[in-house]
Amino acid sequence: MSRVTTSRGANHMAVAALKDAGLAGFVALMLAVPLVGFRTIEVGSGLGLQTRFDWVAYCVIAVIAGRLILNFWPPHWRIRRRAKAPHVSNAQHRTTMKLVALGGIGFAVALPFLPFADRYVIDLAITILIYVMLGWGLNIVVGLAGLLDLGYVAFYAVGAYSFALGSRYWGLNFWEALPMAGALAAMLGVLLGFPVLRLRGDYLAIVTLGFGEMIRLLIINLQSFTGGPNGVSGIPRPSFFGFPFAREAEAGGPMPFHELFGLDYSTQHRFIFLYFIILALALITNAFTQRIRRMPIGRAWEALREDEIACKALGINPTNTKLTAFTIGAMFGGFAGAFFATRQGFISPESFNFLESAFILAIVVLGGMGSQIGIVIATILLVALPEVGREFAEFRMLLFGAAMIAIMVWRPYGLLSRRSPTIQLGSGA
Amino acid sequence: MEYFLQQTINGITLGAVYGLIAIGYTMVYGIVGMINFAHGEIYMIGAFIAVIAFTLLGMMGVTWVPAAVLIVLVTAMLFTAAYGWAVERIAYRPLRGSFRLAPLISAIGMSIFLQNYVQLLQGARVKSIQPIVTGAIPLIETGHFQVAVTYIQILIVTLTIALMISFSLLITRTRFGRAQRACEQDQTMAALLGIDVDRTISMTFMIGAILAAVAGVMVTLYYGVVDFFIGFQAGIKAFAAAVLGGIGSLPGAMLGGFLIGLVEAYWSAYFSIEYKDIATFSILILVLIFRPSGLLGRPDVEKV
Repeated sequence: MSRVTTSRGANHMAVAALKDAGLAGFVALMLAVPLVGFRTIEVGSGLGLQTRFDWVAYCVIAVIAGRLILNFWPPHWRIRRRAKAPHVSNAQHRTTMKLVALGGIGFAVALPFLPFADRYVIDLAITILIYVMLGWGLNIVVGLAGLLDLGYVAFYAVGAYSFALGSRYWGLNFWEALPMAGALAAMLGVLLGFPVLRLRGDYLAIVTLGFGEMIRLLIINLQSFTGGPNGVSGIPRPSFFGFPFAREAEAGGPMPFHELFGLDYSTQHRFIFLYFIILALALITNAFTQRIRRMPIGRAWEALREDEIACKALGINPTNTKLTAFTIGAMFGGFAGAFFATRQGFISPESFNFLESAFILAIVVLGGMGSQIGIVIATILLVALPEVGREFAEFRMLLFGAAMIAIMVWRPYGLLSRRSPTIQLGSGA
Repeated sequence: MEYFLQQTINGITLGAVYGLIAIGYTMVYGIVGMINFAHGEIYMIGAFIAVIAFTLLGMMGVTWVPAAVLIVLVTAMLFTAAYGWAVERIAYRPLRGSFRLAPLISAIGMSIFLQNYVQLLQGARVKSIQPIVTGAIPLIETGHFQVAVTYIQILIVTLTIALMISFSLLITRTRFGRAQRACEQDQTMAALLGIDVDRTISMTFMIGAILAAVAGVMVTLYYGVVDFFIGFQAGIKAFAAAVLGGIGSLPGAMLGGFLIGLVEAYWSAYFSIEYKDIATFSILILVLIFRPSGLLGRPDVEKV
């Protein structure tokens, strides 16, 4: 008797699963027919169409098969969704993380002297570190204070342009411009943040997005000052405390770097030096964040992220507290921008569009908002993987989008899923 | 004066398009409380389907304009609705009950995904089609300047108004509309009273997508050029319209759309065309700061 009901139940399930797969296939067909099935091509003066119905068939078959596999997958094999951050004991977690961090820093310092570190590797490492720094800067805003900033790239742009224009109009060098870039970005952060930070989370996101676009449009349109869409070129390279990285000393100028240390001239010196600058900047950002998390202001950020109304009741001024996070995040964005300008030697508004903001946000989200090491891992994944798989380069942004959705659906707390306040009652921390 | 009148006509046309997209934002915000960041991409997909459908009809030899426009409208609405449904099912439904910003981040991911999906499949080049609805009615002639309403402008505005009326009736008079409003008020209670909340939300996304598809077809007819990036700008402007009118309010979305369209037209005409986007963003920011509930919206109460 019981056997009969089980088999009937199983039959029922199989029918339901088939129905479900059929429905999914139908939707896939609807999605694929117009955009996959037809491709517009230029024919003479007008448009023509190419058909690709074989692709449509593959899509539909893939969706049906995927859906069937998902339905008949044994339930205990499924990835469990983590809606809540898992609980790991704080002390144990911290020791592991400390070890990982120390190992990572050791590797980063040694990297330029390793045998495989040619110019390409160091260049890639510099790119990764720029994004790590931007990720850490944005993490203060998004991860710690819980403010979704979609216009972070505005501060990056201000930093880059303040060095580029500072050197063009006032002949500033990198070391003079660096504090100025940070200060200008921070000032802009205060100016933008003050009116908008009282808004609710999702409104804030859209307003910051609007600001980011406005800054970009201003740079494009103030052509006589910023060079407009053509950008600024000829941005000076940093020097080693006044000693340039050149083969020959300029007439009357200081001796070049390699003579100072009695080395043979190599173009690589400059890249290694740039690498150490960005490594130092990034580590400063990290040290700052780690420190400030333990200070009253950092704790107020985290408290605000968790419950704004409770914070108000406890006498924390939400607008001012958010403003500090926003400003500090902006400042680090400005530093990174100045470095970006000196490294590229050329900047244009195209480097500072919304996709760049979204990319930095993707790093923070993927890393698990609030986790410093998670951000490093996420950056390496997002920056280095497309470099390795060059042939997939055009799918890069497509995969980002998909990854952002997948992360939110399966692991909303990031790759290293952990977002607990730095201190908790009774944890003894 | 004539110039002003002409700009008003242009602005209202533009505003009708923004209004249609803005309804999608407002409805979704009303029912699930999230900004559907990918909505601009849905509009872009609608416009692409329109380009493909027009080209296909042209190749098949359908030359009678009203029939062609009607067929394209129906096709675009149908297929774009499927996209609206899929976006909700894949990127938003699994996130109900997750933390506050999760759906927004997922929506940004969806927006990036759809943009690149269309770019990869259809190419990054701008697609342009021959003008289909041509001709105009001259209103005032003064020597060198002529004020005219083109047929396509009339089509856009009348279609928008007709859709607005039928849509209001749908929300106020039908069973689905009641369910939709109930879900907006209290989803748990609505579910207890036998309303299929998931289905209602899916339907809301599909209706939003249908209206965005109409906007996409209209823009294709109006400008004749489409590329994979149009969704971003139009999306932000339509969102500004929804906020200006008061997010959650349907007449507000329409009103906001017309206002944003007019501001854009006047700004381009009298100040500078380069700064027209900055003008729209500034309106959005000013409204959010000084009157976050918009022109017709209700102020929302902060709850613990």
